[in-house]
Amino acid sequence: MQQNHQPNKIVKMEKSINHQSRRSFLKVTSLTGGGMMIGFSWLANLVPNEAFATAANANDWVELTGFIKITPDNQVKIFNPNPEFGTNVMTSLPMMVNEELQADWSKVIVEMGDYDTPRFKSQFTGGSRGMAQGWKPLRTAGATARMMLMQAAANEWNVPVTDLTVENGVVYHKASNRSANFGALATAAAKLPKPEKVVLKKNSAFSLIGTPQKNKVGKEIVSGQSLFTLDYKYEGMLIAMAIHPPAFGMTLRSFDASEALKMPGIKSVFDIQVYKDGYKRAGFDTRAFNKLVVVVGNSTWEVMNARKKVNVQWVPTETTKEIVSGWGGPKEEVVPGGLESTDEHMKQMYAMQQKPARLLRKDGDPETAFAKAAKVIERTYAAPFLSHNPMEPISCFAHITDEKAYFVAPIQIPEMMKQNIVSNLDIPADKIEMKLTRMGGGFGRRAYGHYIIEAGLISQKMKAPIKLIYTREDDMTNGIYRPTYMVTYKAALDVNNNVTAISIKGGGIPEGSVHENRFPAGAFENYIAEGWEIPSNITIGAFRAPGSNFIASAEQSFLDELAEAIGKDPLDYRIELLKKAKANPVGKRNDYDADRYIAVLELVKEKSNWAARPKNARRGVAAYFCHSSYAAHVVDVTMKDGQPVIDRVVSAIDCGVIVNPEGAKNMVEGAVVDGIGNALYGGMRIEKGVPIQKNLNQYRIIRHKEAPKKIEVHFVQNNFDPTGLGEPPFPPVFGALANALYKATGKRLYSQPYLNELNKS
Amino acid sequence: MSKFNVKVNGKNHEVDVDPSTPVLWVLRDHLNLIGTKYGCGVGSCGACTIHLNGRALKSCQLPVSAVGAQPITTIEGIVAEAGEMHPVQKAWLELDVAQCGYCQTGQIMAAVALLKTKPNPTEEEIESAMTGNICRCGTYVRIKAAIQHAAKSSTK
Repeated sequence: MQQNHQPNKIVKMEKSINHQSRRSFLKVTSLTGGGMMIGFSWLANLVPNEAFATAANANDWVELTGFIKITPDNQVKIFNPNPEFGTNVMTSLPMMVNEELQADWSKVIVEMGDYDTPRFKSQFTGGSRGMAQGWKPLRTAGATARMMLMQAAANEWNVPVTDLTVENGVVYHKASNRSANFGALATAAAKLPKPEKVVLKKNSAFSLIGTPQKNKVGKEIVSGQSLFTLDYKYEGMLIAMAIHPPAFGMTLRSFDASEALKMPGIKSVFDIQVYKDGYKRAGFDTRAFNKLVVVVGNSTWEVMNARKKVNVQWVPTETTKEIVSGWGGPKEEVVPGGLESTDEHMKQMYAMQQKPARLLRKDGDPETAFAKAAKVIERTYAAPFLSHNPMEPISCFAHITDEKAYFVAPIQIPEMMKQNIVSNLDIPADKIEMKLTRMGGGFGRRAYGHYIIEAGLISQKMKAPIKLIYTREDDMTNGIYRPTYMVTYKAALDVNNNVTAISIKGGGIPEGSVHENRFPAGAFENYIAEGWEIPSNITIGAFRAPGSNFIASAEQSFLDELAEAIGKDPLDYRIELLKKAKANPVGKRNDYDADRYIAVLELVKEKSNWAARPKNARRGVAAYFCHSSYAAHVVDVTMKDGQPVIDRVVSAIDCGVIVNPEGAKNMVEGAVVDGIGNALYGGMRIEKGVPIQKNLNQYRIIRHKEAPKKIEVHFVQNNFDPTGLGEPPFPPVFGALANALYKATGKRLYSQPYLNELNKS
Repeated sequence: MSKFNVKVNGKNHEVDVDPSTPVLWVLRDHLNLIGTKYGCGVGSCGACTIHLNGRALKSCQLPVSAVGAQPITTIEGIVAEAGEMHPVQKAWLELDVAQCGYCQTGQIMAAVALLKTKPNPTEEEIESAMTGNICRCGTYVRIKAAIQHAAKSSTK
């Protein structure tokens, strides 16, 4: 063998993380050799997504992350605190900093911040929260740094700071025709006390925010530089792969590695237990299989081949009960034994729909309204498990020594891994270092960092730096799927076709998706929402707009059918209901702003020329609100040889202030494509515990020719603080597509993936 | 294990690997050319697209023993060939295509090969040539526009 560990630039790594203490909101540090570094911190209590947008009180912020670093030779570096998996936070969050800092954006260097242990309480990418989280603290950090640089210039020139101006990283005293760049001022600025009060620009004064800016990592991406964990290399690094049970409901009994160990390049084969017995799991500690067989060797291909030679015996699992802490506090989680199947799941879910369920909300007297109804429309919707399938399969580098535990990891919520690492790897918190790489997609999958523990255990056992690699098959058959769901919508109609009551009843395996306080709650005098769950040993996790992605498809399909039944335009009917909910809201709590909801519908109506569409237009509409942003889509579709062709999608979005319009547009386009793909093709089938689709030749993902021919994205212009786009545009795509397909085929669709249902005669 | 001489991006390399080793892993593990990505290992996603003799090919499906004297170009070589960013890469930047970015080097390799044979591809030709390259983030509309943009700028 040769060239296995040839030294290269990838191996060269920063090895230390800044551990300076930051007692206050901002900390200014002089750099060795001059220059300044501004650390900032903020709070984000782990509150439910929708509540977050209203929690942006500066006094509430606690320590978080990030730096501005200015060198004497005038390099300005802004550290992005939030892990990047493609939502472009590497550009948009530093833009917030620089709006106030006013350095020359074209020259600003953006770098991903490493995990900075206990202070980064919310170094968090998820829940579409990045924009809202960063909005005040990041601009404040930028403004503070700028004020100190200005003060340094004022001191130097002996002029009042109020006479100074800043443009593109240069401080000017125009009266005396003097100027100095940030680099020249940074060392002096770092020695100054930080300003007591920081005044942020009014939105109308923004010069960077709201302008389309290119991805700061664009060049590295298109030239294939080492950005991802899978690309990471380290001197002496070994490759590890794990073998997990072939079916949910199975666990390891024994294995024989004698043949595998004879294979070239193989160092060791052993088993690991991921979480210790009795480990109290938190919400993001989900893992499908707790006992794995691990193969370690010199190179990927050698390990891939050797693992086929390991003879493993599996046994069925027993039912277990655990207390797991999640968003709603500790909850008992029952994991039944047995081998489950999709067909059986469907029967179980239909059976649950016939039984009494947990009451989630009731307004008025829906029972009487249904009893008296002249007509009841009842429709049941279902959707399968979905696999995230991020393009970069799961991987993690770990190098654990007595001095420290060093991880290079693609993970959304690094701070949530800390306790897990401490507990399961017996590593003190202060020895944990994590480099957060760019992630090759996430869609929710990388919130679940069991692979960090697995990599850590392997490094500990091997006493060597290792990179754990999941093959695509390992990743796809490893659970953490979007749950499988069912919901029934019912409407009671009187003799005049007035809707007198709405009922929503649904659940899922192992969790449901009925959001009882969301629209159309508030718009109907008589309303009932009920939910149920069926325990399962198939593990699930957050998937782009969790819960919303399914319930929106059902709700928006049902409203469309209801509008048709009562002879109303589907788009106008939604606006009518929202206006009603705004004027006379029913119930105590309705989790949406009717005006903003209406605004996206009005905008999509205008931009798609909805009112003037021909009568036979194959066009559908849907809107939804989740994760603090509003989205509406109009989809045009034609059928060609039994396949839908998406001619055009018009989207209207309200995410408050649009920080980077180019990035924002890209996010919406991607969500539209992803929504169409999952709606038409997505689905993981389980038979006797075995995930049937194992790779991308079996699990269908939308491809070039299936993407819409045209996507037009429009934003509502307003001054609300910015909210995210990773999730909100995704859920309403399904319903808009289903409603368009109905117009194209005459067939209402109730079961995802829609293409299967369309092709059923 | 066997020794193979492979010509990658104009340079000869000797590697000592199992003959069945896919070129993908030769590039990534042995030659440190990590711009070629692993996505599926079954030739279904296109993240590992390289050029063999100038034609786009999925390197996870090509055993090193089948390469012989045929020259391989990877994304790293595309830059070197052009002496700067390749027009296709420039178009990608111009249209701000990437989201997570993981598939984009494979997409670019497929696009460069397409434009070599069809300097002015129709939309259908683009869709058909690019069908083997999945973008899970859904940047297809931008990829198509970038290919058209690159075609336009190189025929100017």
